[in-house]
Amino acid sequence: MLAEIGIDSADELFHDIPRSVRDPKLAVPPPMSEMEVIGHLRDLSERNSDLEHQTSFLGAGWYDHYIPAFVDQLLLRSEFYTAYTPYQPEISQGTLQSIYEFQSMICDLTGLEVANASLYDGGSAVAEAIGLALNATGRTNVVVADTVDPVYRNIAATYMEPLDINLSVVKNWGLDSDGTLRETQHSLIDAIDGETAAVVLQRPNFFGWIEETNDVIKAAKSAGALVIMACEPVALGVLTPPGELGADVAVGELRHLAGPPAFGGPGAGYFAATKSQMRRVPGRIVGRTTDVDGRRGFVLTLQAREQHIRRAKASSNICTNEALVALGATIHLAALGRNGLKRLAELCIGNAHACARRAWPRGYAVAVERPFVREFPLKCPRPAAEINAALREMGVLGGFELGRYWDELTDYLLVAFTERNGPIQQERLIESLQEAV
Amino acid sequence: MFPDDLRYTREHEWVRIEDDQATVGITEYAQDELGDIVYVELPKAGEKFAQMETFAVIESVKAVSDLYCPLSGEILAANDELVASPELANESPYADGWMIRIRPASLEEVENLMTAAEYEALVSGLRT
Amino acid sequence: MKDSRVIHELSSPGRTGVSLPDRDPEAPVSADVIPQSELRSDLPLPEVSEVDVVRHYVGLSQKNFCIDTDMYPLGSCTMKYNPKVNEVAARLTGLASIHPLQDDGQVQGALELLHALERLISGISGFEAISLQPAAGAQGELTGMMIIRAHHLRAGERRGRVLIPNSAHGTNPATASMCGFEAEEISTGSDGELDISSLDAALDDDVAGIMMTVPNTLGIFESRIQEICDLTHAAGGLVYCDGANMNAMLGQVLPAALGIDVMHLNLHKTFSTPHGGGGPGAGALCVTAELEDYLPVPRVVRNEDGSYERSSRFPHSIGRVQGGMGNFGNLVRAYTYIRSLGASGLKEAGEWAVLNANYLRAKLSDVYDLAYDRPCMHEVVFAGLRNHAAGVRTLDVAKRLIDLGFHPPTIYFPLIVHEALMIEPTETESLETLDRFISAMRQIAYEAEHAPKKLADAPTSTPVRRLDEATAARHPDLRWAPKPQD
Repeated sequence: MLAEIGIDSADELFHDIPRSVRDPKLAVPPPMSEMEVIGHLRDLSERNSDLEHQTSFLGAGWYDHYIPAFVDQLLLRSEFYTAYTPYQPEISQGTLQSIYEFQSMICDLTGLEVANASLYDGGSAVAEAIGLALNATGRTNVVVADTVDPVYRNIAATYMEPLDINLSVVKNWGLDSDGTLRETQHSLIDAIDGETAAVVLQRPNFFGWIEETNDVIKAAKSAGALVIMACEPVALGVLTPPGELGADVAVGELRHLAGPPAFGGPGAGYFAATKSQMRRVPGRIVGRTTDVDGRRGFVLTLQAREQHIRRAKASSNICTNEALVALGATIHLAALGRNGLKRLAELCIGNAHACARRAWPRGYAVAVERPFVREFPLKCPRPAAEINAALREMGVLGGFELGRYWDELTDYLLVAFTERNGPIQQERLIESLQEAV
Repeated sequence: MFPDDLRYTREHEWVRIEDDQATVGITEYAQDELGDIVYVELPKAGEKFAQMETFAVIESVKAVSDLYCPLSGEILAANDELVASPELANESPYADGWMIRIRPASLEEVENLMTAAEYEALVSGLRT
Repeated sequence: MKDSRVIHELSSPGRTGVSLPDRDPEAPVSADVIPQSELRSDLPLPEVSEVDVVRHYVGLSQKNFCIDTDMYPLGSCTMKYNPKVNEVAARLTGLASIHPLQDDGQVQGALELLHALERLISGISGFEAISLQPAAGAQGELTGMMIIRAHHLRAGERRGRVLIPNSAHGTNPATASMCGFEAEEISTGSDGELDISSLDAALDDDVAGIMMTVPNTLGIFESRIQEICDLTHAAGGLVYCDGANMNAMLGQVLPAALGIDVMHLNLHKTFSTPHGGGGPGAGALCVTAELEDYLPVPRVVRNEDGSYERSSRFPHSIGRVQGGMGNFGNLVRAYTYIRSLGASGLKEAGEWAVLNANYLRAKLSDVYDLAYDRPCMHEVVFAGLRNHAAGVRTLDVAKRLIDLGFHPPTIYFPLIVHEALMIEPTETESLETLDRFISAMRQIAYEAEHAPKKLADAPTSTPVRRLDEATAARHPDLRWAPKPQD
C-alpha cells in the first residue's frame, strides 16, 4: 500500500499536522478483549438498581412499558441498525418505507396531516414547535403552561434564549385548602394577546390530568396564535386527538414504545402539524412516489427546508432523526394496532384509577380534582423524598417527587401506572406507604 | 439565445415591460441550473418591493433560491397556476412560468438592468 | 419484485400482534372516568398479527443496504463496522432498564460510566471539560455555539457574526442562525485550505468566532489551523471545531492542542455506535477549562467519597438541551468501543483510516479527477470522472456503483467541488475489499466511455430503480390514506 501511495511510512501522511503537537500520548487505558470488556460493563451494570428488580411507579414522562420481544429482534436486523441515513433511495427502501409508515401512524394518532421522521426527544420537539410558531407568525411572545413537563420547558428555554424571545411560563394550577391540585386555565387565557406566537399545553398534563383546553384554544385562535400540544402517545389510544381539538402542532416522546428507558436516551420526539405548516416542519420527511418503471417507492422529500440545502436559512439545524427508536415505536404501534393500543391505554387507566380508589393509609390522599389518565399527584404525610427513601429500602420506586420542581409540592409524589402496575403491585405500594410512615 | 425584448438581472430574473406593467420570471439558464422546480412562494397583490429586494423563494429538488425584484413597484398579480404547477417554470420560463406582474415605480431603473447581450455574456462566463 | 404494500394495506379487522395481560375486572374503564367529550371515536391504526408484523419488517429490512452488507464509503459519515459487543453492552439490564429520574444512589454504575467516558474523551481530545448531553452532532454544535455566545455576553459583548468556510457542512450556518448569529462565508484557497487573507479581512470585534472543520470536508488537514486560531483569538473571537472528521486525528493530535476552544465529536461516527438508518446519534461536546462553566446541566460530579451525583449547581450553564443525560444507550456503546480498542487501537484506527483513503486516491486518480492534488486524510474528494467528454455525471457513477454491490460515496458535497464524489473508506475495510471497490470504480470509468447506457439506466438490481423526486416534492404524499390524496 505504501508503495502504491508513493510514501515510505504512513507517518508521512500526517505531515500537515504541526510537528510540535504531533503524536501525543493518549490518556486512555490499554485495549481489552471482548470477554474483559463485557465483564467490566456487567460490573457497572450491576451497580445500578434497575426497574426489573423493583416495583416502579416512576413515570413523569418516561414510562416503563413491557416491549414485545419481536420489537428488539427486528431492530437488531443489521439492515436496519447498521444503515446510514437513506440518501440513496434505491437501496434504502426499508428505512424509507418504515418512516412513511411511522409518519402515517403519527398522523393517525394525532389527527394532524403532516408528520416528520422524528426529532431527538419530546423536549427538543417542543422547542422546534415553538420555532415553527415564531416563524409562522413573525411574533416573539410564547405562553407555556406551567403544567408542561418542566424538562420540556427547560429545553425550550435553552433553545429560545439566544433569540430574544419572551417565553412566559404561566402557572395554571393552584392548591386547595385541603391540598388538592386545582386547575386555573383563566391565567393562560389572560396571558394570550395579539403578540402571542404560540400557546404550549400538555395533554394529559405533567400531573396526569386532562385539562379543560377548549377556551384556551379558542383564545389562542382568536389572537392569531398557534396551539402546540405535547401528547403522550399511549394516552392517545383513547383520548381525542390534538388535531381534532384544534392544535396546530402536536409533539411527544416515543421512547417507551420502543424500549426500556435507557436512563433517558436515546428517545425520539414525534412532530406533527397541520398541512398549512408543512413547509415549516423541521427535520426529515419521507414521501411516496414512483420509479422510472412506475413502481411505488419512497424518498426523502421537501428537502429544500433543510440545513444541507437552505443552510443559514433552514428551519432547524437538525440533520438526523431518531430512526431506530422511531422504527421500534412503528413496529410496536403496528402490532398493537387499532384495538391493542386502546387496550394498552385502558390497562394503564384501569390500574391508575383502581389504585386511586383503594383505601390509602392515613395521611395519604389522591390530590387531583380533574379527570386523570394514568398518573396522579399523591399527597403524603411527610416530605415525599423521605417516603421515597423508605420505599426504596422495600424495593419500591414510589413515584416522582414533585418538590424537585415546585417548592409547594414537597409532600407530593407523582405516581405513574402502566400495564405492569396491576393489583399485586398496587397492594405492594399501599403496604409500603403504610410502612413508610 | 436570450429573448431580446427582455431585460435581465445578475441574479437571473427577466422582466418584460408593456405599457405601465412589468412581468417578471426566471431565465432559461436559471431554471436549468436549479433543476426540477418543486415549489414557488410568491407575494400577494398589493405588496411593494424595492429594486433587487427579495420578493419570492423558489425551491428545486436540491436547491433553494431567493428571487430578486428587477424593478421597484407594487405587485399587481402573482401567477397562481405556477404555484399549483411549479414545473411551468422549467417548461416555459418566459411564458406560462411567469412569476409576478408589477406596476413599476420608476422606469428609469430599467437602465440598471442588463440587455440580452449583456446577460448572455454573463452566463457564458459562468458556464466556463 | 418484492411486496411494497405499506403495513396499513395488510390490515384485517380484529387482528392484533401483541398479547396483553387481562384487565383487572374491578378496574374502571376510560368511559367511566373520563368525559366522553375527551375520548376519541376511532383510531385508524392497522390491524395485523405478530407474524404479519415480523414478515413485513424483515421484508423491509431486506431492501436496505448496510455496513454489515458491504463497504459503505460515504464521505463525512465514517461508516466503520459496528462491533456486536456494543449491542450486548447497551442491553445489559442494569444499563438499559434504568429511569432518568431514579435517585442518584440507585444509578452509581451509570454515573460512573458517564464520568469515565467524559475522562476518556478528554484524553482523546485534550479538552478539559466534556458534556455528553447533546443527542447528536448538530445538537452538540448548537450547544457549543450557545456557549460561545454566553462567553461573550458574560464579558459584556454582543457579537453578531460567525465566520464559516464555504466548504462547511450545512449544519454550521444553520446552527449559527439558531443562535442568533449571522453566518458569513469565508472562501477556500486553491490548496483546499481556508483562505487566510479572507479570514483576516473578515475578522473584527463583531465576530463571535469561526466554525472550522478539521480535517475539512475536502479531506485536508488545515495546516495553518494554529494561525487561524491565533488570528481569531487576537480579534476576541473563539474557535469552534466541527468534529465530524475526528477519525483522522485519533492518536495523531489532540485537537485542543491546536488552539480550538470548543468542539463536538460524533460518537456514532468516530466511536462506532450504529447509525440506525439515520439516528440516534450522540454528540459529545468538548470545551477548554475556561468555558467549562457554561456546559449544559445536569452534569455528573464525582464526590470526595468516590460516589457520583448529578448536579445542576452551575449558575452560568446554558441550561438543558436533552431530556436525560444524553443518548445514554449510545454512550454505553461508545464507551465499550473505546475501552475495547484502548489507546493503541484508537491510534491504529486513525492511521488505517488515513492510509486506506490515500490508497484509494492513488489507485483512482488517473480516472477520476482529484479536487485537490495532495495527500488526503480520512477521505478523498474527486471532482467526477476525468474524462468529461462522455457527459457522464457523478450521479450516474453513484447509481452504477449500487449495481456493482457497493454503497455510493457522498455526492455533490462539498458544494465547492463540481460533481463531487467524497469517499471515506474507514479503517475497517481490508485491502481486498478496497481493491474490489477500486476495480468497480475503474469499471465504471471504462463503461462511462464504452457503455454509458449502463450508467444512465443504473441501478437495475434494486427493489426500485431511480425515483421521481420532483413529483414527490411537487405533490407531497406524506402519509398513507386508503384513497390517493389531493
